[in-house]
Amino acid sequence: MGASATTARGRELLARLGVAVTLGGAVLLLIDLLAQLARVDLWIIGGELAFSQLMNYLWTGLTLGLIIGLAGVGLSLTYSILNFANFAHGDYLTLGAFSGWSVAYVIAGLGTIDLASLILVDAPSSNVGASVTNTPVAVVVGLVVAIVVTVALGLALDRAVYKPMRNSEGISLLIASIGVAFILRYLAALIFGTGRRGITAPSEIPSMTVLGVQVNAHQLTILVVALVAMMAIHLLLQRTKIGKAMRAMADNRDLARITGIPTERMITATWVLGSGLAGASGYMLVLARGTLGFNDGYLLLLLIFAAVILGGIGSVYGAIVGGLLIGITSRVALVWVPGEFGRPVAFGLMILFLLFRPSGLFGGVETA
Amino acid sequence: MSDEPGPATTNIPDDVETPDELDPESHDSAVEEAAKRTPRGIPLRVDGLRKEFGGITAVDGASFQVEAGSLTGLIGPNGAGKSTTFNCITGVHTPTAGQVQFNGENITGLEPHEVANRGLVRTFQIARELEEMTVLENMMLAPKHQRGESVVRSVTPGLRRDVVSQEEELREEVWEMLEFFELDHIAEVEAGTLSGGQRKLLEMARALMTDPEMVLLDEPLAGVNPTLEEKLLERIHELREDGYTFLFVEHDMDIIMEHCEHIIVMHQGKVLAEGGADDIRNNEAVVEAYLGEDVS
Amino acid sequence: MSTDTEGRSRLVTDAGYIAGAMLLLYVVFLILGTLQGYPVAGIISSLQRVTFLVAVYGLAVLALNLHWGYAGLFNIGVAGFMAVGVYTSVMLTAPVGASPPGLGLPLPVGILGGMLAAALVGLIAGLPALRLRSDYLAIMTVAVSEIIRFTYNSNTFSQFTGGASGFDSIPPGPIRQLLLQDASSIISEPTPLGAAIFQFMEFSGIGWISLGRPDTINILSTLLIVVVLVLVYAFLVRAVNSPYGRVLKSIREDEVAAQSLGKNTSRFKLKTFMLGCALMGLAGIMWFGAIGQSSVYPNAFRPEITFYIFIALIIGGAGSNTGSVLGGALFAGLLFEAPPRVATILTDALGVTNAPDTIIGALGPIASGQLTPMLGFLLDNMSQLRFIFVGVLLIYLIQRRPEGLLGHRSEIAAATDLSVRPSQSKGGETDE
Repeated sequence: MGASATTARGRELLARLGVAVTLGGAVLLLIDLLAQLARVDLWIIGGELAFSQLMNYLWTGLTLGLIIGLAGVGLSLTYSILNFANFAHGDYLTLGAFSGWSVAYVIAGLGTIDLASLILVDAPSSNVGASVTNTPVAVVVGLVVAIVVTVALGLALDRAVYKPMRNSEGISLLIASIGVAFILRYLAALIFGTGRRGITAPSEIPSMTVLGVQVNAHQLTILVVALVAMMAIHLLLQRTKIGKAMRAMADNRDLARITGIPTERMITATWVLGSGLAGASGYMLVLARGTLGFNDGYLLLLLIFAAVILGGIGSVYGAIVGGLLIGITSRVALVWVPGEFGRPVAFGLMILFLLFRPSGLFGGVETA
Repeated sequence: MSDEPGPATTNIPDDVETPDELDPESHDSAVEEAAKRTPRGIPLRVDGLRKEFGGITAVDGASFQVEAGSLTGLIGPNGAGKSTTFNCITGVHTPTAGQVQFNGENITGLEPHEVANRGLVRTFQIARELEEMTVLENMMLAPKHQRGESVVRSVTPGLRRDVVSQEEELREEVWEMLEFFELDHIAEVEAGTLSGGQRKLLEMARALMTDPEMVLLDEPLAGVNPTLEEKLLERIHELREDGYTFLFVEHDMDIIMEHCEHIIVMHQGKVLAEGGADDIRNNEAVVEAYLGEDVS
Repeated sequence: MSTDTEGRSRLVTDAGYIAGAMLLLYVVFLILGTLQGYPVAGIISSLQRVTFLVAVYGLAVLALNLHWGYAGLFNIGVAGFMAVGVYTSVMLTAPVGASPPGLGLPLPVGILGGMLAAALVGLIAGLPALRLRSDYLAIMTVAVSEIIRFTYNSNTFSQFTGGASGFDSIPPGPIRQLLLQDASSIISEPTPLGAAIFQFMEFSGIGWISLGRPDTINILSTLLIVVVLVLVYAFLVRAVNSPYGRVLKSIREDEVAAQSLGKNTSRFKLKTFMLGCALMGLAGIMWFGAIGQSSVYPNAFRPEITFYIFIALIIGGAGSNTGSVLGGALFAGLLFEAPPRVATILTDALGVTNAPDTIIGALGPIASGQLTPMLGFLLDNMSQLRFIFVGVLLIYLIQRRPEGLLGHRSEIAAATDLSVRPSQSKGGETDE
């Protein structure tokens, strides 16, 4: 009797063990981190880590995390409301970045630099001198354009590609989105070229030192814009009727099933919100990095997926928290691993979540 | 086969490379085999079964037993917990509390395939035929522990001969079963093209191909036209004569009353009453529970 | 088989499909080569390259078809498993003294080791991932594939993997070993067999065609890969025309139903996932370790290549082995290899000399009625256009023809002809 009944319990026990080992590992790393900061060296733990270095990791991780989180909100909403993993979401970021910076360049350099090279974001960044302090109007208008263009793009693609497939399964939509990703990415490459270019002018970005960390104006801009965007999302979801409906639907797929296919109006709202945030994230990714290449959004896509899975699919707040966790993890990991492993570590974190808590931190939709 | 307590403590391995259950020499067709059964005892015992879904209690301490060789009916109004009970018995859900015993073995919390391999198979309320597979493929899938379920045996030249010969044996049984259910004329069409009633028939025929001891039928008559309904009930009675045990979920009171010798009434997750058709008909609690409900 | 006539006629039809596709490809590339004024040897070499691509795509697509077409496992980490296969096999077989060093083991050990390693990575990834819904499996596998690529790419392990520049000490393939006394040098003394073959190809040989050693070796190596493809195809056809194939199909269709019939679906999924991964490893070895490659490097295994393989499978028809090979052939030939050649020919034919560098430079002249600059710009950027076209095609297929070319056929998963009724025939004769 006992032998068979233990199978289920055994499985549960294994899952618990996994969680315990993972948490234990995390605690060990934390102890090690403290030891390193205190410059204690005990067998395998400890070492030397400057406090400012850690703060620096945290700060850059935070800015990256905010960008990932904002992008994640859109991905999470489309994932749960439209029921598919959008593999083109990263390329929405790229298109947002190119369109926004194209307009920002035109405003910043009009009259002094050849128009064609401005439109194609091809002019030397030091000549344009784009930065939030040097050319504030251009940068702000660029952000707005990035959002507007990406929203238009999101809606157009929904019409052309996803609308005819409303009743298809998630996997078919996923495959279609891979097609969309190819189109967008190589359209960007066709128009803007495949080379990576510098966008902002490093010499024009003021910075100061806070707690040993170099904080520059662009990182602060990201912080401010992200906070404003999050407030806006919060109000939208809590106060407006369509927002409440979206949240209810995203949180609870059963509800979605009972009430049937989401209304076209809600789908439109989902794309507007999701694409707009993607455009803004893509634009701000350039603020964080200073450079832009046609692959950038796509390369960020897996980190965005990681954020969404960590937070729990369908959870808007989860996506933001997940983004912060992923951003910070990928930077703080560098305390232990070489720089090239920051990204794999973030993926690893996602895999751990898929293993032991597939519903994510905020208990999103069931996965198994 | 149905001796109590039966092969209780031996964990039937679900490995694909298990010894041949379906020895070509000694094995007759499933239907003939069934005729040799001498059912006795209580194969299925459900004890204090409880299932909660995030605060909602779907099954609330249900206990009942099913006698070997019986056609037992499980009825109750919508939301009484019949389907959840089925799902807990067959491993689709893990019960929150309580125990399910099959042939004396505690099968609570086993995986669905483990339950099925012990001789307790089920059909589904909404038929789960494999749409893009033909009726024949659906049927041929079912027999347990087929040699060719191992890749190695299927591809290795010498061993494939056994795979082929076993499949030829099974093919005969499948055709017999299809003829029994009068599905042979549509054997080669894809299951997705069948009518609702044909799907129900196919599902039952397929379940029987696993050579079960007991079959749980989840609303086998839902969406079936009256002619086919008659045919299906007839088949169930014939199979019962052959020694199969059936537990039959249905919300149509009349059908249950007419066809089942033992009836379990569930209401709000509990067993409200149990007994023969007359006992149930005269049970005040049942009448009360069904008051205002659609009795027929 | 006792499936007899029907099975045999399908075999003939399928052989016809493949032969037709190859004929089409050869004609296309013959025309392209002639238009480009290639010498005969050049045309033959281009046909060899097409055959090579068709074969390696075929291998990879067949493996993916086992995962997705049969068992419904949505694996988009194909590139990663191919990388593990070829990297492991090169690490095992590269000379001990090379940099990065190998273990100097014989080639068969390398191939088996590569397949085994890919299967093991499949096991590690599959154990947790196969419990998940298919879209999660997709994200997880693509993440695993990227972790693999980053790991091979990293400086940290570069003394074993060669880092970003990869492994450049790929040992010579079996054909070289067979034909040359010193397999690592193309100008070394040939073996007696090599001498005969080289002489045949170079001089008297096939009439007026004269082929040098490199071409000869490439052609023979390609033929060897074609043989591997045929073997893998035969293996898979046999594997899925069986009770095993039925279980896989049932998992794809409705896993709960399969479980309720007593099938241990998780075990089937894991086994199948590992088998498919091993075959992907083999595809990787044939693709990147066999011919015309001087090195194996991480960026050859970007997720794009996984998507190519997917598109090829969708073109051919998921669920059909013949469709897999057909899709691989059409994708590799017509979508991958041909467009750049067509672009070159068109550029020459239209006499576009100095095409604009940017799209704005190309758009300007359109206003004044000149289309040539735009055309020149587009032809110059054929590789980007090709990707865009691939994307459009993918959307079109998934919307309009998700079953591909052959996916609509019902290929019965059985070792025997199920339609034989007991009354009609009393079984009897067995396989082989």
